[in-house]
Amino acid sequence: MNIDADDFTLLGLPRAFALERSQLDAAWKALQAKVHPDRFAAEGATAQRVAMQWAVRVNEAHQRLKDPLKRAGYLCELGGVPVQSENNTAMPGDFLMQQMQWREALEDAGSLAEVEALSDEVNSQRRARLQRLGDLLDAQSAFVLAAQEVRALMFIDRLLEEIDIRLQRYEDAP
Amino acid sequence: MALLQISEPGQSPDPHQRRIAVGIDLGTTHSLVASVRNGAAECLPDAQGRVILPSAVRYTTDEHGRTRRAIGFDALAAQAEDPLNTVVSVKRFMGRRLADLPDAGKLPYEFEDQPGMVAVRTVAGAKSPVEVSAEILASLRQRAEDTFNDDLFGAVITVPAYFDDAQRQATKDAAQMAGLNVLRLLNEPTAAAIAYGLDNGAEGLYAIYDLGGGTFDISLLQLSRGVFEVVATGGDSALGGDDLDHVLAEAALRDGGVLTPMEQLSPHDKRALLVAARRAKEKLSTDGSVHLSCALSGEMLSVQVTRERLSELAKPLIDKTLSAVKRVLRDAKVKPDEVKGVVMVGGSTRTPAVRDAVGAFFGQPPLTDLNPDEVVALGAAIQANQLAGNNVQGELLLLDVLPLSLGLETMGGLVERIIPRNTPIPSARAQDFTTFKDGQTALAVHVVQGEREQVEHCRSLARFELRGIPPMAAGAARIRVSFQVDADGLLSVSAKEQLSGVEASVIVKPSYGLSDEQVAHMLREGFTTAAEDMKDRALREARVEAERMLEATRTALAADGDLLSPEQRAHVDALMAQIGQRCDRGDLEALEAATKALADGTEAFAAERMNRSIRQALAGRSLDQI
Repeated sequence: MNIDADDFTLLGLPRAFALERSQLDAAWKALQAKVHPDRFAAEGATAQRVAMQWAVRVNEAHQRLKDPLKRAGYLCELGGVPVQSENNTAMPGDFLMQQMQWREALEDAGSLAEVEALSDEVNSQRRARLQRLGDLLDAQSAFVLAAQEVRALMFIDRLLEEIDIRLQRYEDAP
Repeated sequence: MALLQISEPGQSPDPHQRRIAVGIDLGTTHSLVASVRNGAAECLPDAQGRVILPSAVRYTTDEHGRTRRAIGFDALAAQAEDPLNTVVSVKRFMGRRLADLPDAGKLPYEFEDQPGMVAVRTVAGAKSPVEVSAEILASLRQRAEDTFNDDLFGAVITVPAYFDDAQRQATKDAAQMAGLNVLRLLNEPTAAAIAYGLDNGAEGLYAIYDLGGGTFDISLLQLSRGVFEVVATGGDSALGGDDLDHVLAEAALRDGGVLTPMEQLSPHDKRALLVAARRAKEKLSTDGSVHLSCALSGEMLSVQVTRERLSELAKPLIDKTLSAVKRVLRDAKVKPDEVKGVVMVGGSTRTPAVRDAVGAFFGQPPLTDLNPDEVVALGAAIQANQLAGNNVQGELLLLDVLPLSLGLETMGGLVERIIPRNTPIPSARAQDFTTFKDGQTALAVHVVQGEREQVEHCRSLARFELRGIPPMAAGAARIRVSFQVDADGLLSVSAKEQLSGVEASVIVKPSYGLSDEQVAHMLREGFTTAAEDMKDRALREARVEAERMLEATRTALAADGDLLSPEQRAHVDALMAQIGQRCDRGDLEALEAATKALADGTEAFAAERMNRSIRQALAGRSLDQI
């Protein structure tokens, strides 16, 4: 075992998108119980420093695998296809049209009910796309397509944040 | 053998003897120290049998111009006659600038706005809050050392969950100034939860309702076996049991037919009345009705007060706390019935009306078995005992989270968030930035903490500059800024230009306006024994550190010595022997160098041991799964 191992190896989990959260958390805690600096508080500065590096690494792995999109992006990267969302905007073909429609729908929405309906639609699409993403990664090892799916889902998450802000505004208004 | 040679009278040469570790609740109105003795945590009393130490320090000077200080009850007794030089509630000033104190004008102090943090001007000079806190901590340290007749191994110090980096760092500095080895900074609500044993298998949301003398804090913790996530915090920094004493005193005057209103009483009468009101309030926690009497100049006040009357008077105050509770629940998007348990902290939660109201609000009786004044210190003591290695079977592991987001100022005064709040710590993140002008050779890095988008709404933690970037086209440089947060939530930041390798770093530490000489001077004046010479003290500390290092190495060798080749082992043995020789000679620098040599020389060994322990963790887990 070494600190540079990939997140899955480090936490002793199968390298797959399908992941039981409770299993991930249990693996994380078991590992932190061994490496956390508090376990070495009574030892010298050297052990503290090494423990800190390990604990940071274990937390990083846990944070990445915990989040489905980060986990998927990481699997793509391990599969040789980095997502590179800043300079690569390739998305699934059907999605480009879809995203424009949603944007317009959010701009035009004039009532709480309309925003809520949009929220439901986007959320159900999100679930469907996550399922497809899992299939692309775990069953087909189709990393190029999976990376496109990740980018689409990143867009969806940003849109959902905007929708939430709008919903919040309706809630706050008397 | 080396270890025997360096042991001093009062220090045990037996490395397996239990280490004295304490938990300290450094509170706004009062502070306590606790330790695990005979398997149970208990607060340590002073020579008069009092466990509470008022967080008050009074500075005076004697006829030779030397600084004298009174700490605790003695300082508090002088508050009325010498308000300028008697510093109380100093916790409110920790890591704060003058601009951060909205009601500074109402306080009886002369503030001095030093860079990084305010200071209070006293007859003994300007005192930084760090220095004042160090006096309180040193007093508690002395109490613990007297109790055990031994040196302390280390301490866990509690801080409010909402304390930012500057406030945490200030607390840690105060502890170090007081000669304490800080094992960990611990969030107060987390400490309370530990005292109630909630770290053992408790899962779910817990509310910690902390009503002290002058402050009210409400924290919502998400517990899942050892992970304590602070979901939301809130409260009122100017609301507490003292307010209740005040309304009770006013009511007693009215009910007793005294025509003089409270504000027009002499300071002495006012004090006497407040003391009487406080006593009556405390008695009403157990009795249904009490007699409140107080000799005022001119007349005698004498009234009967019932518990119902007190409840009625307390209602507006309690309602104020419950509004804060509601706000916190709303922030966290949870309903009162989703909270699994409520822990009561702070002396004011003894008042039955408070318990009843909180119980009614959450629909369940709150946890009140432990002394609410002591509960935070007790939890800290349990954690300290574990960290000192006294509880080998103990499974307590706190995985803390970052209380407030950390970020950098970017163009237009906006904040780029680098590590979001609630990220488990320790944690490290890096982000790349670039230059925006052709030929730009320097980059200013401004580190901030907070949840807001704009820099001016966040707390500024540090500024530093990366200089000497070779001139290149705008956007060509790749400057990686790395944040590292340790297990106490304290931050260090470094910046490196990737192409040229130019580097700059800073351990984020607000400057307190104290130079090294000033710190040395303060140490010389002595937080411990005034007569102790600086050099002796340094040597003593170096010996303790050397001993700690030797002990750690010996433990490591006993457990995993097989990881070393005979040559490597001989090298480590030689390094250890060298420390032994140098301890005898009393040469400070040589001893420090030898200790460092051992630390450096065993670094690879430590890394190997860690790898082994992880392999064991993985092996253990797969066994569980079978």
